[in-house]
Amino acid sequence: MKETYYNREDLKKFGNITEWQQELGDKFFDYYTSVFKEGALSAREKSLIALAVAHTIQCPYCIDAYTSDGLKRGIDEEEMMEALHVAGAIRGGASLVHGVQMMNQVKEKVMQGG
Amino acid sequence: MGNPSSSIKKTDKMSEATLKRQKHRLSSSERQLEILDNHEAVEIPAFQQKMEKIDLFPLRPKGIEIFQVNVGKMCNQTCKHCHVDAGPDRQEIMSKETMQQCLDALSQIDAATVDLTGGAPEMNPNFRWFVEEISKLGKGIIVRCNLTIILSNPKYHDLPEFFKKHRVNVVSSLPYFNARRTDAQRGDGVFEKSIKALKMLNAIGYGMPDSDLKLDLVYNPSGAFLPGDQIELEKQFKRKLQRGFEVKFNNLLTITNLPVSRFLDYLIQSENYEDYMNELVNAFNPVAAKGVMCRNTLSIGWDGHLYDCDFNQMLELKVAGDSKHISEFNELTLSKRNIKTSQHCYGCTAGAGSSCGGATT
Repeated sequence: MKETYYNREDLKKFGNITEWQQELGDKFFDYYTSVFKEGALSAREKSLIALAVAHTIQCPYCIDAYTSDGLKRGIDEEEMMEALHVAGAIRGGASLVHGVQMMNQVKEKVMQGG
Repeated sequence: MGNPSSSIKKTDKMSEATLKRQKHRLSSSERQLEILDNHEAVEIPAFQQKMEKIDLFPLRPKGIEIFQVNVGKMCNQTCKHCHVDAGPDRQEIMSKETMQQCLDALSQIDAATVDLTGGAPEMNPNFRWFVEEISKLGKGIIVRCNLTIILSNPKYHDLPEFFKKHRVNVVSSLPYFNARRTDAQRGDGVFEKSIKALKMLNAIGYGMPDSDLKLDLVYNPSGAFLPGDQIELEKQFKRKLQRGFEVKFNNLLTITNLPVSRFLDYLIQSENYEDYMNELVNAFNPVAAKGVMCRNTLSIGWDGHLYDCDFNQMLELKVAGDSKHISEFNELTLSKRNIKTSQHCYGCTAGAGSSCGGATT
């Protein structure tokens, strides 16, 4: 089998991270479970946020996990893709909003007319 | 895990004809069982072994509460996931004589519910007579109506009224609240026709608040994934069908697709079989295992043979013991039988459990 940095089999072994640090690992998974419970936000809304974040941080494990989770929850293709566009808009916006900094610097260093 | 085991070869391209008509090798129940029985090929434990660990093997029935009759394999649709391999070309139809034998058996037992399925059960020429006779016995009746049958021919247009007259609980498949996923599973145009039929049922009181005419929808995932939480999905379906189409219904029943017949073919074709079986096994729920439907259901085939469930019926796994046909129905003998299982049974024990009545836990 071709060796890659990412192996989808490894997702199932996520729980093994507790082996070398039981206390912190257990705390993390307790916290993780609590985060995704129905709260002020529905479990469904949280799943869509997770999907968008998964694409933002480009984590293949998270993308697999929250695509499957979304399918089970009955989230449809348009909803999934719209969530990604939110991620894309924020990512794109984060680049473009720095354009103001660029513009400021240009204005400081370049003679302005008028 | 991505590749199915080498022992499971992909077959020819999927088609809208039934597997039987295509003379597909998976139209043979022996071939399906060969695949299902070979649990080592997909690296899963045998279902029997899992059940032994929780003292549920051999699996024993608890009495017949639901008498499920498959009145024939003929259907106006050819859905991609159909475990019956039903379709317009199927000729297997229950005779009136066999129906009478069912009625004779029913009159001897306390089973409260008769669940009529197919195919499209309404296509059996004696369907209405059968419903009337069951109604006379005072049993609750479920009809698994595919919705589009109501619009398929003028002779079926009055089905909603007929159902109403006999207080039938209408249970209808609608895999999704939009056309794309519904039509992908059930055929082009099915979603639109289903919505029309649902409106006809609503119009005479089915699924409406303050009405005792019950209209339930069945959700099967349209692909190689398990259904999510039944209550959460029901909320979504209610909201989307109300907002989009002003359609109302009572309960959403989530049913896991079992790897039988056309869904098994789909899993193998799409190279999802191994992953899907592993997902079912990983989601094994001992509580769901205790409440599997085969413990309170008897399934009767179109030719009168008896089975532990509709899936075993399609795999031609007749009940164990001496009461194998409705003509020799014996409740006591049946109550002492061991239920037949194979790896397809993992479908009913996964997650919140699955049955013809939806989640079981």
